[in-house]
Order: sequence, then C-alpha cells, then structure tokens
Amino acid sequence: MSANQQSKAQPEVTYLRPTHGLAALNLRDLWVYHELVYFLTWRDILVRYKQTVLGAAWAVIQPVVQVLVFTFIFSNAAGLSSEGVPYPIFNFSALLPWGLFSKAMNDAGRSLVTNRNMITKIYFPRLTIPVSSVLAGLVDFGIAFFVYVLLILYYTLSPGSTYSFKFTPALFALPLVIFLALIATLGVSLWLSAMNVIYRDVGHILPFLTQVWFFVTPIVYSASVVSQKWQIAYALNPLTGVVEGFRWCLLGIHSLPWQLLVISSLVAVILLVSGLVYFRNMERSFSDEI
Amino acid sequence: MNDIAIRVESLGKLYRLGTAPERYKTLRDTIVNGVNTSIRNLRRGFAVSAASPENSTIWALREVSFEVTQGKVMGIVGRNGAGKSTLLKILSRVTEPTEGVAEIHGRVGSLLEVGTGFHPELTGRENIYLNGAILGMKRIEIDRKFDEIVDFSEVEQFIDTPVKRYSSGMYLRLAFAVAAHLEPEILVVDEVLAVGDAEFQRKCLGKMSDVAQTGRTVLFVSHNMSAVLRLTEETIVLDKGHLVYRAPTQQAVDYYMASGFSAAGERIWSSTEVPTDAAPFYPMALRLKNNQGRVADTLHSTEPFSIEIEYRLERPITGLRVGIYLLTMRGEYVFTSFDLDNPDQFEKTGVRQAGHYVSRCVVPANTLNEGHYILAVNASSFRIKRYFWDDHCLAFSVDATGAPGKHWPEPRLGAVRPALEWVIERI
Repeated sequence: MSANQQSKAQPEVTYLRPTHGLAALNLRDLWVYHELVYFLTWRDILVRYKQTVLGAAWAVIQPVVQVLVFTFIFSNAAGLSSEGVPYPIFNFSALLPWGLFSKAMNDAGRSLVTNRNMITKIYFPRLTIPVSSVLAGLVDFGIAFFVYVLLILYYTLSPGSTYSFKFTPALFALPLVIFLALIATLGVSLWLSAMNVIYRDVGHILPFLTQVWFFVTPIVYSASVVSQKWQIAYALNPLTGVVEGFRWCLLGIHSLPWQLLVISSLVAVILLVSGLVYFRNMERSFSDEI
Repeated sequence: MNDIAIRVESLGKLYRLGTAPERYKTLRDTIVNGVNTSIRNLRRGFAVSAASPENSTIWALREVSFEVTQGKVMGIVGRNGAGKSTLLKILSRVTEPTEGVAEIHGRVGSLLEVGTGFHPELTGRENIYLNGAILGMKRIEIDRKFDEIVDFSEVEQFIDTPVKRYSSGMYLRLAFAVAAHLEPEILVVDEVLAVGDAEFQRKCLGKMSDVAQTGRTVLFVSHNMSAVLRLTEETIVLDKGHLVYRAPTQQAVDYYMASGFSAAGERIWSSTEVPTDAAPFYPMALRLKNNQGRVADTLHSTEPFSIEIEYRLERPITGLRVGIYLLTMRGEYVFTSFDLDNPDQFEKTGVRQAGHYVSRCVVPANTLNEGHYILAVNASSFRIKRYFWDDHCLAFSVDATGAPGKHWPEPRLGAVRPALEWVIERI
C-alpha cells in the first residue's frame, strides 16, 4: 500500500519528443518489458501447434524427414563426403542451427507486419516482437536436439555400427556456439523485420533467400570442399561459422575452425549491432508506415 | 492535487500523404518514383523530411499546447480529422511527434483499443495474461487481479475456452475487463461508447467515473456531447490540427456546436482532404436539408428531408454511381442507396461526362426513429473501381416529436419508425 501511494505521489515522467539522428538504443526499455518478451514467446509457441492433429510432433517430424531426404539425395545419390561420420549425423548436426536460423528468420521477418494491429494501437518496445519470435524458435531447436541425441544413441548402440560417439572437451563450448547462432539470427531478423514494415518485398524475398542461404552454408556438404583461398570469403556468411562450430562441438572430428569462427562471429556481431541501430531508427515511423 | 499529469507544448505531427496508415510501398515503387524519392525514402530512418514539398504533407496536429492537472477529467472534441486520434496516439506513445514535447506523469492506459493483442486461438485465461503484459502489467500484478478481471468480465465458465468461440459481447467484456484493471495514472478513452451494448456502455462509463474519483486523470474523446457534458469538467476543441478553444465543458460544447465544427448538416471537402486515388472523382460537399430546404443537423422524423452530394468529375467515368450509406451511431447499416438505383435510368446514363454535379435524393417522412445517425459516401463503378469512400462523413440527429406512438414517453427500439396503417378487427 505504501509503495502504491508512493508511486502515486511520484509517478514516472516520460518526455515524448521527436528523436533525431541515431536514436539511443535504449535497451533498458526492453528490460522493463522483459515479461512481455516472455509472454509473446509463450504465445508464439502455444499458438504454433494449436488445432493441429500431431501438435508438437511436427517439431520432430520436420527435421527427421529432412535428414532422410538429404541423406538419400546427397549421400546415396550424389555421394558427398561427410568427413567419416555417418551422413545422417553429419547432416543433422548442421540442420540443428540451420533450423533455428531459418525458422526464426522467416517468423521474425514477418512478425512486425503480422502484429500490426498491436503496433498501430499501443506502445511497447517494438523490439520485443522479433526478439520473441527468435526465442520461440529455441523450443523447436530443443526438441530437434533431443532427436539428435536419439540418433547418436541409435548409431552408437546398434550392433554392427562402426560409429561411436567421440566425447571431446569441445562439447562444453556448445552453449557459446548456440549463443553465436542466436546473435546471427537476431541480427538478420532485425534487419528483415524492420525492412518489411516499409518494403513488403521482404515477404517475397524470404522463401528464396532461405533457399539460397541454405546452399551457401555447409549443411549438406562439408566446408572443406570450398578451396582454401575462398575460405575467408566463405566465412563472411555467419552461418558457416555457426555450422562449423556446431560440427566441431558435436562431432569432435576436426580441430577448432578458429579462423572461420572469428570471422563469422565478427560478421554476426556487426549484423546484430547494425540491425539494432537500423531497427531503432525505423521504429519511430513503424506505426505510421506499417 | 495541483500536480501536472500531462503537459503538452507546441506539439505537432506531420504526415506524408500517401504514407498514411493503410498504405505501404514496394521497392519497385520506390525505384520507379525516381532516384530523388528513393533516396529520401531510404534515408527516412536517418532524417525527418522537413524539406519535402508542402503539398505532399499534412499537419495532423500543429502548435498544440495544454496542461492537465492530476485527477482531472478532460474532454476532447472535434470533427473527424481534427487531430483527436493523432493527439491520443502521441500521448499513448504509439507514434512520435514531429515537433514539440509532451510530458507524461505516470503510466498511460487506453480504453480505445480494448482487446489489442488478443489471440483468437488462446483461451480467455491465456489472453488475460498476454493482453495484460502488452498493456504493461507485471505478471504478479495480473496474478493478483486475475479473479477480479474474470468477475468483471462475467465469462468465468468459458475462461478456458479459446476466445474465437466467444460471442462478440463476451470477447469485448473480457478485453475491457483487462484494460479496466490496468489502473494507469492517466486513462485515455476514445469513443468506447460507440461499441458494445447499452449494458456494456453503462459499465464503461461507470469504470471511468471510478477512475476519476480515485484521483487519476482521464482524457475523454467523444462525438457524444451529452456524454462529454456528463463526464468532464473541462474540454478542449480541436479543429484542423489546432487547439482552438479550451473552457469548462458547458462553454466548450456550446462553442463547438455553434461554430459549425460539428459539421452542422454539412461536410465540405477541401482539396487536400481528398485522397489522390479518388481521381477523377472529386467530392465537394455532402449536405442534409430539412423540409424547408435549409441545411440542418437535426431533422424531424415526421418530415421528409433531402441528402445532396456535390462533386466534380475531371474526366468522364463509365458506369459511375454515387450514393450514401446511412448508419446508426453503433455502426449498423440502416440503408444504402445509389443515384442510379433505377435500372432504366442506369441503362440510359452510361458514361457520366466531366463536369460539376449534384446528386440529390429525398428521404420520405416517417423513415427514421429518433437518435443519432451517420452518413457515409461511396462513389464507384460496380466491379470496376471504388473511386471514393468516406465512412463517416456527417453525423446528424433525428427528433421524433409528433411521430407515431410518441404519446407514450418510452424509447422505441429500432432505427426505423414507419407510420403504419393499423386496422383493429373484432372477430
């Protein structure tokens, strides 16, 4: 009660004035509304599988079918190398971060426009929308990871299998690599979602961008097929570093691809920071333009 | 109690025409519009386009300054397009002012957008939490008020049912219940009275006076002058984006009614108000005339009245029809009528040549019941193009003095009040 009265006596003062130039990033606002991020994430997850027969099983079926198809096409038919690891495992270890990235990029890219009725009617930090779209993708990532563990167990335990899971200390770096995946994902998502408010072309670009991005990332093939002199340029795709990082942690097959990782991390951080700045600058016109 | 709740100084908001809400552009448009425009559009994030030509922009609000002290209930009145919504949007932080500053002491809650962020697939319970969070409530705050919200909404049996299965009344009650329990220091109410049933409106008004009595500040925007008079102490009048009058409510309402801002039976479009895609159709005026041929905003139910649409055609239009929709204040359609409803006449007309026209019709006596109505205008070629559409051109009242059944002093249900010939037979 006393706290209540105090808040009445001393309400927080907000000044609303035009902002010019580079708006302050004002991430504090995002913290004040962190519960909203939580609720929006929770909504996206709840709604995703409502009124579906299979429900959350979709999060299992999608990666499993993908691995089956890719194994058939790229391993059996095209005969791509998988660095001595069974192809399904090799492929799945890359599909984990790719699934997180592509799903989040597509959801978050459209998220502001999908939630336009909220944006044109009430105030809340607009960042909460793409951020929660990205976070909602983590749940599917978790489920897919569980399936991956089952796959490893299957290959390790089934009689006659030549594969056994190699434990290396690199596994402990996994959270860091996941974090890197989130940074890259969020950076791209912020750019696309803010652009989509003004240029609806983004909605048309997304499916095709996803497809191209899929093939320039070493998911169905190994990064080693790219010649040494192109490695630097290749690492400019932040997903290359993320995927190679995942393989390094999960497969324990090669040494730390530190060069790739450093370049990709730098690109990811640049994407995130520039995405934040761009988003914040566009934010002031969202409700007028959307 | 003399603390300031809201202080607004030289507030202004500039809109670029064509980028108003409901429009968006594609990259192609930007490229086609030429290098200059595209550079301006791309740079939009980095510079306010103050240099853009005057004719492509409009000040929705300009040089507005006022203060509201804590615990005051302030009315805001003005015609459509006077800047009321823009002002509320700025104060509730939805949009940023182009110039000036607004100082807000405390949290702003709004009853103008109840149910924003409700997701149809989620249950009532889930939506309470989600909507609460969107409105800025903390989780513990929602936990604490949950039962109260459910009680207020009267939907306890359906609280675990997805809201898409709710009736529109239940949906609205639940949405309002959440918004009403936000307990902001400043409450913004915009035309809630236009939606929902009578019971719901009563509840809204009750909640508003509760809020006012606990010493919080209320901004009340409405076209309903009697509600403004009943609920507010002081009122500001906006016209074309400017604050033109501020006074105790009675005085302000008198000023507003007298100065013809209430459209007084007439709506005139200035050239800047007509959207560019209406071409070649240019609406000029919509007028209501009573039986004596005078423009009036209050008509008698027992007398015929006429509706006139004056417009200009820059080029000939094939199959053009110009007409009106008549709606109740709650937005229910009463009737629709076009100037070429007569099929023979429509066949004969074909192309309407360029020129200056008036389309006029007479609404016969004993058509409308007493109450408030809205006229909307539509000019279109059927299945080809809708040139112009304004769904809220003019508001007017009908007085039923002398109408059938008026000797019983009870309100009659329904929007129409025909004089029917009754025969009583004894069998």
